[in-house]
Amino acid sequence: MAMRRRARPGTDAASLVRQLGELLDEFRLTEAEVTVKDMRVRVQRAAPPVLGVPAPPAPATAPAAAGGVVPDPVVIVERPSNMVTVEAPMVGTFYRASSPTADPYVQENDVVKEGQIVCIIEAMKLMNEIEAKVAGRVVKILVENAQAVEYGQPLFLIEPSR
Amino acid sequence: MRTVIAHSKVDTHSLAVRLADESICIGPDEARGSYLNIPAIISAASLTDSEAIHPGYGFLSENAAFAEVVRACSLTFIGPSPEAIRLMGDKAQARQIAKQAGVPVVPGSEEPLKDAEEAVALAESIGFPVIFKAAAGGGGRGMRIVRQRAGAAEAFAACQTEAGAAFGSSEIYCEKFIERSRHVEVQVLGDKHGMRLHLGERDCSVQRRHQKLIEESPAPSLPAETRTGLHRAGLAAAAAVNYTSAGTIEFLVDDDGSFYFIEMNTRIQVEHPVTEMITGLDLIKEQLRIAAGERLGYRQEDVRFEGHAIECRINAEDPVTFAPSAGRVTNWLPPGGREVRVDSHLMAGYAVPPTYDSLIAKVIVRGANRDEALARMRRALGETVVEGVKTTIPFLQRVLAHPAFVGGRFTSADSADLVK
Repeated sequence: MAMRRRARPGTDAASLVRQLGELLDEFRLTEAEVTVKDMRVRVQRAAPPVLGVPAPPAPATAPAAAGGVVPDPVVIVERPSNMVTVEAPMVGTFYRASSPTADPYVQENDVVKEGQIVCIIEAMKLMNEIEAKVAGRVVKILVENAQAVEYGQPLFLIEPSR
Repeated sequence: MRTVIAHSKVDTHSLAVRLADESICIGPDEARGSYLNIPAIISAASLTDSEAIHPGYGFLSENAAFAEVVRACSLTFIGPSPEAIRLMGDKAQARQIAKQAGVPVVPGSEEPLKDAEEAVALAESIGFPVIFKAAAGGGGRGMRIVRQRAGAAEAFAACQTEAGAAFGSSEIYCEKFIERSRHVEVQVLGDKHGMRLHLGERDCSVQRRHQKLIEESPAPSLPAETRTGLHRAGLAAAAAVNYTSAGTIEFLVDDDGSFYFIEMNTRIQVEHPVTEMITGLDLIKEQLRIAAGERLGYRQEDVRFEGHAIECRINAEDPVTFAPSAGRVTNWLPPGGREVRVDSHLMAGYAVPPTYDSLIAKVIVRGANRDEALARMRRALGETVVEGVKTTIPFLQRVLAHPAFVGGRFTSADSADLVK
């Protein structure tokens, strides 16, 4: 999960956004993404599902106007804030230590090596050791011990070492 | 009762996730890592303190191993026993079970044919036309339809060569080829106390590549004895595997009203609302009650069939080429009104993922009779609006106007003509 910021006009992101926007229109895409050096720019057409109750059916007159109601593209510019997340590779129970009496694998502010075990996810009574993908400092532990986690859920925030 | 939905990453924003009391992501978009991932599903069930699992009608719904794991983990599988799923899952075995239960099967060879001589002799004894089929075949390859004795031996040899090259096995079976067949299936329900009954039949003759597109109940223009024979045969096949829960026995019906068992679907089916519309029963509720060990609580003579129901499946596909059409639905206006039911996960802004099945909506209507149901379906499809993806609605409208369909005599041959 990367940090998201709105694009500021005047940065070099602006021209990328403009180009991507044009590509979106030209090929009738819903989203496009490009990475240039340390910057990633994604442009997508706004139509994310509305949270809460399902949207009411559109009025009967809408079909005729459909061609003109495509929403304006939303611009999301992602700049790596140097943070990398460790995500749960499976659904299961998150444990910070190898046993209830053992010390946690890592604490916040610990420095970890690439491939170092940072937690365990128990699934089907199997203890799966989860490794850090990068070397760096554990900035934040996002999940409480013994909590259920779903697939893809962020567990740790790591600031990679340079 | 509260519900938890186990879903893949791409389905995080789906309507099903919104409607469930709880949701849990079990894996990536690819079904192998999520909807087919038995350990992840069991973990999710255990983490959420679920008591029972409904497998739906795709993925693991007819997987005996999954049903077995669910049972071994002291959870309830909402469906038949793993034994029934396994017995009916093997085609050759299912054919034997049906035969032993006195259910007619398509005449043909029980064992692979040894050589061309045996093939021709068998073809003559069951009568032309026949079809030679590779045991390992599929998708129309390794198949030959033979209409007369002349050329039969050559066709067999060609079929054998093709099967050997394509599937690495040159085992060939021979079956009677039913030229103008109708696909009619019988819905059954069984509880865990030995009560079993049928909920009538459905005609699913409108198909494309063995995929059903329109279903209706009752099946139109069936001789009375064929209809009662089908119901009896369906119950006999279900009884042969001590079937519990909802299940469907599929038959081919030929021109003269003879019928033959093809297979049994040991799960709830996509087209079950057709039966719900004319019986007033909620089949999913019945599945839940049966799984909980309750008795059905009614008998065959209590089941009433009222009116005529038709279902059209709307797929996100090109209506001519049937190429899948994934993308964002920009506008969705379902049909409504009396006796019109829409089962769909669509919502404006929803992105139809390219990952799974292309079915996006089912439109089901009921009428006092077939004509009324047909008129209602034409009206319902006419007012349905789906924008952003292509749909099969234009194709469905063509079928609804087809003389054979209107006349209630649509067969596999008409299906083949329409999708050419």
